[in-house]
Amino acid sequence: MSSCTLLSVPLFRLAHGRTGDKGNRSNISVIAYHPLLWPVIEAQVTAERVAAHFAARRPSGVARHVLPRLQALNFVIDDVLEGGVNSALNLDSHGKALAFDLLQMDIALPADLLVHCKG
Amino acid sequence: MAHPLPELNSTRWPDGPACASTPRGPLLVGCGAGFSGDRTDAARPVVDALMAAGEPAVLIFETLAERTLALAQLARERDPSAGYEPLLADLLRPVLADCLAHGIRIVSNFGAANPAGAAACIAALAEELGLRVPRMALVHGDDLMGAKHGQALQDACGAQWPAARVVSANAYIGAQPIAQALQEGAEIVIAGRVADPALVLGPAVAWHGWAWDEWDLLARGTMAGHLLECGAQVCGGYFADPGYKNVPDLAHVGFPIARIEADGSCTIGKPEGTGGLINAQTVKEQLLYEVHDPAAYLTPDVVADISQAWVSEVGPDQVRLEGVRGHARPSHLKINVCSERGWLAEAEISYAGAHALARAQLARQIIATRLGAQGRLRCDFIGVTSVLGDDQGQWLAQLADAGTAAREAPRDVRVRWAWEQPTAQAAEVLLREVNALYTCGPGGGGGVRTQLRSRLSTVSCLLPREQIVCGWRWWLPATPALVTETP
Repeated sequence: MSSCTLLSVPLFRLAHGRTGDKGNRSNISVIAYHPLLWPVIEAQVTAERVAAHFAARRPSGVARHVLPRLQALNFVIDDVLEGGVNSALNLDSHGKALAFDLLQMDIALPADLLVHCKG
Repeated sequence: MAHPLPELNSTRWPDGPACASTPRGPLLVGCGAGFSGDRTDAARPVVDALMAAGEPAVLIFETLAERTLALAQLARERDPSAGYEPLLADLLRPVLADCLAHGIRIVSNFGAANPAGAAACIAALAEELGLRVPRMALVHGDDLMGAKHGQALQDACGAQWPAARVVSANAYIGAQPIAQALQEGAEIVIAGRVADPALVLGPAVAWHGWAWDEWDLLARGTMAGHLLECGAQVCGGYFADPGYKNVPDLAHVGFPIARIEADGSCTIGKPEGTGGLINAQTVKEQLLYEVHDPAAYLTPDVVADISQAWVSEVGPDQVRLEGVRGHARPSHLKINVCSERGWLAEAEISYAGAHALARAQLARQIIATRLGAQGRLRCDFIGVTSVLGDDQGQWLAQLADAGTAAREAPRDVRVRWAWEQPTAQAAEVLLREVNALYTCGPGGGGGVRTQLRSRLSTVSCLLPREQIVCGWRWWLPATPALVTETP
């Protein structure tokens, strides 16, 4: 791991992701764009930070699953959809937008890895 | 038992299972729809590609979501011949003749609440097109409405059991009836609520002759189905993010075709000349879509484990999935029970130009005062936030506290309310109050739109699989649409 300067970079430059929903439970994948970015993502995108990111929606729990061969994280977030597709008052009752919301999270990136980022 | 069924005039699919000592070549499974309401021109390029490949092939249509089946039950209540996928004829008209002529089997859950009704619709379509009536199999056993299952469902749901009228109750059944019907020579298999990946696993088992306890193979067929079941979502749909994830010609996005080998590994591709993109990124996103624990993806036929799976790009728009493992199937099946759930009123009005946000905030206060504290009320300021906010308005408050809203001073805000009420009459009050903002609200409000609709509620429970008897039967033209048979 590099020890050079850390830059503040939004997660969407390191990773992409997709939201899925079942009932009042959302799952969000966070997938590394490059193998060298994967350790940074794995270290910094924690269940605690994801819970804090969605605090306004009051999730009752966040589970993080690590898929090293896909270089991906899968977050399972409970009770975050305000009832789910049938009962939410939100226009986006599936929570389709949540992955792109999460991708705005700030990451402290070693500067020499910037070359592997998107955008 | 003899049935007055039409002769198969052309099929590359021999009856009977494969023999383990001489594994069969790959099976191609194309997807023509990924949800109820999907594009009706998507299947044509898929069928062209399957015909050109000249290998044994199946076309699936996945058209059921959690709510769709309840809506289908309500449709059948109003009209006993309805209750199947409303776009069925539009989906099949462009491809039915070629599928029959080239032995491309069709497997779908477009039967929804009335598989026999769907078969009658297809028979009428065949007649309209000057075709023979296809050999059609109807899958049954998922529909648990009626007195027979009532007590078991109530017990399984416990405190969750809905107080309001139950509209539908369906088990997610597995791939066995589909596989059996295909092995018996069905050209079209019409199901209701089967697990989505079963639409692909059934054909894979029928073709390759896998046993129902070869868990790794069943899991691989299941995950191939998982990649196909949402149509364009593995081909660059629900994916594009300009500048970060570019997708060519998304307006003509192709739908996927899986090539499933005898060892269960699969390669996802799409028809030549279509738009979209298949790469490691699109496949990874879809692989994890709606998955919870990747080591235990529960289906009726197998518990799939993708925790050690990997994908590789093996050609242009060609990605191979490997390393999927399987574990013994669950002892219980998932049941969805849908019930009525009151009414949802929605209304919107726009405030634009000077002080738009301040006038929007005043409108919000007026409506909150007029409605009082009855029922859940949500308000969004579209132009500031349309979906990221929360029911309590906490997100919006944080924004205001941080000064963001004031600093950016939105010049165009559309206020949107959503209100839940037990009756249509009660819910209409919101529509009238927002309409009254024209003359009684802040200055310059315009563009009121209102909508009122009934809602449905879903709860899930589990039942021991032994309590759910599923199977299939041939569709015969004389079969009354409403008879539910048990074997």
